[in-house]
Formats: sequence, C-alpha cells, structure tokens
Amino acid sequence: MVTTKKNADAIGTNGYRLIGTRPIRPDGTDKVTGRAAYAADTQMEGLLFARLLRSPHGHAKIKSIDASQALALDGVEAVLTAADFPGIEMSGNDRNGRPADNQWLQDNILASDKVLYHGHAVAAVAAKDPHIAEDALTLINVDYEVLTPVTDVREAMLDDAPILHPGMRTNVQASDVETDTERETNIAMHMRLERGDIKSGFDSADVVIEREFETSWYHQGYIEPHSATAFWNRDGKLTIWNSSQGPFVVRDATAKLLDIPIADITLIPQEIGGGFGGKIPMYLEPISALLSRKTGKPVRITMTREAVFQATGPTSATYNRIKIGAMRDGTIVAADAYLAYAAGAYPGSPVGAGVQCAFGPYYIENQRIDGYDVVTNGPKSAAYRAPGAPASEFAVEATINELSESLGIDSVELRLKNAIKEGNPNAAGVPMPRIGAEEVMEAVKNHPHYTSELQGDDVGRGVGFGFWHNAGLESGSTATINSDGSVSLIVGSVDIGGTRASLAMQLAETMGLSYEDIKPRVADTDSVPFTHVTGGSRTTFAGGWVAYELGIELREKMRERAANIWEVDLDEVEYSDDATITSKPDNEGNEREFTFVGLASKMASTGGQISATVSLNKTSQGAAYGGHIVDVHVDRDTGKVEILRYTAVQDVGTAIHPSYVEGQIQGGVAQGAGMALTEEYFYDDEGLLKNASFLDYRMPTTLDLPMIETEIVEVPNPGHPFGVRGVGEVPIVPPMPTIQQAVYDAIGIRLYDMPMSPRVVLEELLNEG
Amino acid sequence: MARFVLKTNINGEEREFLADERDSLLDALRERAGLMGAKEGCNNGNCGACAVVLDGRLVNSCCVMAAEVDNSEITTIEGLAEPDSLHPLQETFLENAALQCGICTPGFLMSAKALLDSNPNPTEHEIRWWLAGNLCRCTGYDKIIRAVQDAAERINS
Ligand code: FES
Ligand code: FES
Repeated sequence: MVTTKKNADAIGTNGYRLIGTRPIRPDGTDKVTGRAAYAADTQMEGLLFARLLRSPHGHAKIKSIDASQALALDGVEAVLTAADFPGIEMSGNDRNGRPADNQWLQDNILASDKVLYHGHAVAAVAAKDPHIAEDALTLINVDYEVLTPVTDVREAMLDDAPILHPGMRTNVQASDVETDTERETNIAMHMRLERGDIKSGFDSADVVIEREFETSWYHQGYIEPHSATAFWNRDGKLTIWNSSQGPFVVRDATAKLLDIPIADITLIPQEIGGGFGGKIPMYLEPISALLSRKTGKPVRITMTREAVFQATGPTSATYNRIKIGAMRDGTIVAADAYLAYAAGAYPGSPVGAGVQCAFGPYYIENQRIDGYDVVTNGPKSAAYRAPGAPASEFAVEATINELSESLGIDSVELRLKNAIKEGNPNAAGVPMPRIGAEEVMEAVKNHPHYTSELQGDDVGRGVGFGFWHNAGLESGSTATINSDGSVSLIVGSVDIGGTRASLAMQLAETMGLSYEDIKPRVADTDSVPFTHVTGGSRTTFAGGWVAYELGIELREKMRERAANIWEVDLDEVEYSDDATITSKPDNEGNEREFTFVGLASKMASTGGQISATVSLNKTSQGAAYGGHIVDVHVDRDTGKVEILRYTAVQDVGTAIHPSYVEGQIQGGVAQGAGMALTEEYFYDDEGLLKNASFLDYRMPTTLDLPMIETEIVEVPNPGHPFGVRGVGEVPIVPPMPTIQQAVYDAIGIRLYDMPMSPRVVLEELLNEG
Repeated sequence: MARFVLKTNINGEEREFLADERDSLLDALRERAGLMGAKEGCNNGNCGACAVVLDGRLVNSCCVMAAEVDNSEITTIEGLAEPDSLHPLQETFLENAALQCGICTPGFLMSAKALLDSNPNPTEHEIRWWLAGNLCRCTGYDKIIRAVQDAAERINS
C-alpha cells in the first residue's frame, strides 16, 4: 500500500492532494466551442442517410412488406427488413452467463413477424439524402393484421389478457409460491425475497398500514437522440461510430446478430449526449451495418425525437402494494411488498432491482417482497438511473411517512430507529459493509432546511430517503509515460459527465503528479481492454480502481528503471509522494535522485517507454443512501405544485470532483421531480402513444426548479482505494415520496399515483369541494 | 429534390453552398455547411439545442427554413470564442461544471449570450425565464444559472 491511500473510516476527512478539488474537465473546451464530436456529427465521403419505418399500430401481425416502390425512387440505395438478418442460433448466454434471447434483441430493433408497440421499427431505407429517405418510407407498403393491445401492467396479468408472446410461461424464481407455470401468460417472471416470518410480525404490530401505488412510464429524456454510423468495408471489416453507454457491449451484441467475429468490428464511441441507462441497449448499429454492406457506403441513422419516445427506453410503469407493521415505539416489525413492473414488449423490466431496493434504507426482521416482470404493448423498458428503485422505494417511503403520522413520531426519527447498519443483511441476505444510512439521516435531521420554519398558505414540507446498491463490473485502461513526464491515460468508459476528469485525478493522486500531467482519452474497442457500460454509478468507482492500480504499477516500473540505472537493489529505491525517485548516495557521495520528468526523459535509452494495462472486475462498489427535503406551494386554482426549496443529502463515500458530484445529485433530483410532477406516457385504447414530443412529455425546465442545495456526506467505501461510492443514481430515488409528502402537508391530500400533474391535483381539490 | 445556392455570412465569413429546398437552417448548417456545433434534440422547437443568432435574433434553427436565410448573418456556437480566448460564458460554464454530457451546451451558450447582450444584469428569475426554452437533462440547471450569473458579473466588471 502506498502512502497516498488514506481511507480512514471517518466522515468528512479528506487529506488528499487533488481529490476533492475542482479542476476543469479535459474535454471542456471542445464541449463549449461546439467542436466535440457527437454521434450524429459523423461525416464522411459517400455517407448515406437512413430512416426507419415504424409501426402505426400498438399490436399487430406483419403479413407482408412490399418495398419495391421505395427501391425504385431515385436516390434510394437500399431497403432493409428483418429478413435481411443472417439466420443465427437465437439463444445463448451473455457475457455474464445469463440467458440472452437474441431473437427478442433482434425483433426489438427490427420486427420480424409481429409489431408489439406503436413505433416498433419494421423497415429501414438508406438514401443519398435524408429527405429522400423520408419520402421513401411513405412508399413502403406493410400489410398488418391489427391485434388488441394491452398497455396496463395489471390488465396484462389477467387470465384473459391479449398474449404478446404465444407460448410464454412464467419463470418462477422462488420456492413455495402458487404461481401457475402451465398457463400461457404475459407474466415473464415472478421472484420473491423473504426472511423471518411476516405473519407473526404483523400479528405483533400495534399499527399496520397498507397502500397501493402506481407510477407512469418515464423516459430518460437525454437530449441527444440515438445515432449510429457504420461502414462495412470490402475486406469484411466493420467500423461503427455511435452514441452508447457501452461501446464494448454494443460491439459484442452487433457481432452476435450479424454472425461475425468480434475482431472484425471496431467501435469508435463518439461523445455521448446523455443516456441515464437508455443508451445501454442497442437499437441501430446492426441496421446501419447491414445497410452499409448492401450499399458499400457508410450509413448514418439518427433517430427522431418521436422515435426516441416511442421505441427506446422508458423505465417500467408499475403497480405496487406495500404493507408495513410497527410497534408503538416505532420499531418496524413486518413488511410486505407486491411489485408488478411493465417490461414493455420483451421481458426484462428492472423489477429485480425494485425488489432488492424496496426496503433498502432499513433493516426489518420479517419481510417478504414479490416482484413480477410483465410484458405489455410498449417499448421494451430500458435501464433508467437506479433502474427499478424509484418506483418501489416511493411506495415504501410514502407508506413510512404515513406510518410516522399514525405513530406520532417524527419521520426522520422513525427512520433512524429502523436504519440499516453495517452487518445487517440486505434483502438478499448479504451482510452490509460500512454504509452511511444513519449518517445521511442524521444530516437531514440537523439540516437548517429541516429545522427551519415553513411559512405561508398552501405550503408544505416533505422528506424521503433512497437507497441504491451501485455496480462494479469490468473496466480496463492503459497508461503510458511520455518522455516529457506527461501520462496518457486511455480508458474504455465513455465520458457522460466528467469522468475523464475524475479518472485523471485518481491517477494523478496515486502517482504524485499534477492533474494537468494526465491526458485522458476515451478509446475505441481495439485500443483498450473490455470495459463495461458507463452506468450503474460505476465509472468513477471502477475506473478509479483501475487508475489507482495503474498508478501503483507505473510507480513500481519507474523504481525498477531507476534501480537499473543506478545499479542498486530495487528495495533501495524510493518513489515519494511528490513523484521524485531517490536512493542513497553513491560511493562517491553523489545524491541519487530523479525528478519524474528527469527519469521519464531517460526512458528511451534505458529500456524503452514505460506503460501499464490493468483490467479489473471489482464487486466492492459500496451501497449509497440519500435523504431529501422539499418545500412546495400548491396553487389551488391550477393544481400546479411549485418547488420552493430543495435540499439533497447524500453519502458519496469520497467526492473526487465535488462539482460533478453535486451536478449528478442536482440532475437526479430534477429527473425525480419530473417523475413526481409532470412526466408521463399517454397511451390510448389502441396502444398509440399520444405525447411523443418534448412539448407534451413535460420534463422540468429552468422555470420548474429552484437552485438545488446539496450536502455531501463522506463515509468512505472500504472497498475502494479512495473510498469512492457511486453517486449518479441515488438522487433520483427520493424525490417522488419527498414531494408527495410535501403536497399532503400543503393541502391535506395524499396522492398515490405518480405523477401529481396539475390536472390530477386540481381534480382532487375540486372533489374535496 | 431541388437544390439552391444559399449565400450567408456565418460567423463573420461569407459562405456560399448548395442546400435543399426542404432543409431547415439546422439541416443546412450541419449537413451542407459542415458546422456541427448546433445540435438537434427534437427538430420541433422544444429543446433549444439548435439555437443560433440570426440577424441579431435568437432562433431555434430547426424551425427556420434554410431558404429564408439567404443573405442573412448567422452566429453559431463555432463563432462565440475569440481566436485566442473563450467567451466569458464559455469560461464560466467550464469553471462551474455547468455541463455534464454537453449536448445542450451550445444551445444554452447561444441563448445566454443573447440574454446578456440584451440584459447585461439579469436576475435569477430573468435568467430562468429566458432559458426556459433550453432543455438540459443532466444538470438540474443549478450550475448553468450560476455560470450565467458569473459571466454577467465578469462582463460587467
Ligand atoms: S432541435 Fe431545435 S429546438 Fe430542439
Ligand atoms: S449537460 Fe447533458 S443535457 Fe445538459
């Protein structure tokens, strides 16, 4: 262990040279001058423009597709349908050994026999000009047999619901449950986690509260639509320029669907304009690639905003039922949760994480959580910031807020009484390492916002908490020392919000160099080892681990080089924290000392350039907790809820670059506020999405939010050299229950279905009279 | 498909290039003139990522037809910095970490510049009002507002 590692188990201590400072991000100038290249900016000679034809129905069989008129249009170079995919073995395992159904993956990006949602892609056209490609779409004739859609999760679970995937049976991941596994169904999976004995727990409770909740579909809402350009050369080599959170994951999936070796694909990730989980799935790359193979030219596809809403990512709409029992002193003795998540067209909602996280901030002796993954006519749900957690934790937090009122116990005190601590098991039974749930609750309790007096009419205050387990996963990087003492850091993680800076800082800290000495670069998939998605709040954690190990290795190699030059034993050479390399004076009494730059300049003549490559797959990411406080005003004439003040407290382990930590928290709050107040999907009875635009899907604007106060709590993660915990996801979890409680505090009405849009609030106020 | 010759002054430079009669100004800037700084977030006037200044007026370039801008003067994000220095807004956006993914940044910078040109001393509310047509999904706007406040102060001092 080197001396820069200062992972004291203490709060708010730092003691680092660079970590905790706020340098300018290395890619900043490009991004404020319009020079940064995003996927849709990809230009090259001969580029063709492709557009996708999408289903006008919510559920239908494709009987035939006739593209002859489109192909005859001047300027059209190729048309693609699902029939153009190579027939491949349609099952197998993904990189983590989980079953991956390639048929569903392929059908989702280009439907074969059935369309399962409004906007489902059925054909693609490549043309010399984007306008021609658009014209050509109108000349493709698709003959559909329209089927009855089912868009609501509970309706989809009924025995007589329209079936999306004939032959589907429920995969039961629990023992002793009565789920019917024989019947054809839309319930793709039923899981259960339980411990203790909830029956005796509820029997002993003094107070029991049971409530039902619903949350809408919510889109990640990244401002950059998906885009992918591909060029399939005559030698069989395929190059892709895209916008993805997981360049390696997309490369591997593309290789699978196209039935070509991974080595034949180079994926060059471009700057990425937001993702929040929604740019983990693959939508366009194999289509661009096949169109390129047909035409011999590079092909770019950029989605329209309408298509982004219709056919990519939202997180699951949910129905959740929560029952909590407590003793008069506030001890929660039993908890039961029933979580049903709409997966959209294909199985794979985030209900598993919803189950894991539901009661995450607490330790409850007797608990049972049932989760259902249900296919519905809608886009296949994708990960969205703490996927699955906001919905289940909203339901639990709102129930706990009601419980606090029934018991007459301050809601933060009630939570402190039941807070999960080091050593308590999580929902799956694994004991927690050092965590900061209590520290966050204490910080909320003592926050000047919480203790301040609330003034005015129709104003209210709410608090709520949130938990997310964070992800580890594979990351790899290469670092090379240049002859001037600068260090090139090549990473595989796309930089979605400042990770070039946070990784460079961790390498510089480890090596005793300055931030400016490190030159981070996001590389293509041939240039750096497999790196998993930028997501799961993992990049600063996992990439930071790699940067630390790289730093240690480069220090060692510099010592070895100095030992060789001086002809002394390695253990006589020291690398100090300011990056000077020393040994004891030589026989004539001359100092033996190299500055880092001095030794770097000698590399070429003493054995060549020094570099290191590290790949890790760490699982010690460390869970994180947040607590939020909000003041709102409710306009009784319009039903509009205005956020007057917002405070977010969060344990981040160690804040590497506090500005980006705050920014992540503030961004998460904004998205959570959208979930609580304005964002929702409107499907009509035919399964048609009625609000696929930024005008009608109302994300918060500058006018909808105040400044968002943040308080960073630092309970270092014992599983990271600098104590880092993931930051990005936790802050989207608390806003729904926090704001829901504040609305109740303001007008005395509890709303159980999100969002609490002005229409809904006004209706409730009018009903009340 | 009918092409026409578009003559404009972009960022102080006379430009002449072929555009399609169906191109928006955003299409023409990006696909015909090769200026990729203005971004397409929605193509229907609801996100502000495509904002440019057209003859002194802030516009969403996706909602202007290219054919309308013949003989106009256009300033895009590529024209904001001086040859040897950044515009104060660009500096304060960097210092405040007012961008995460950065896709909204060109639009915010052009909008904020238009604001400060017309109102050098805006209140927080005036900044929020002016920038309400620019969507950012990453930042929650807090640091963007602060960056504009800092830039105003820097320009006025
Ligand atoms: S792209 Fe022009 S306003 Fe969104
Ligand atoms: S920084 Fe990503 S949308 Fe604004």
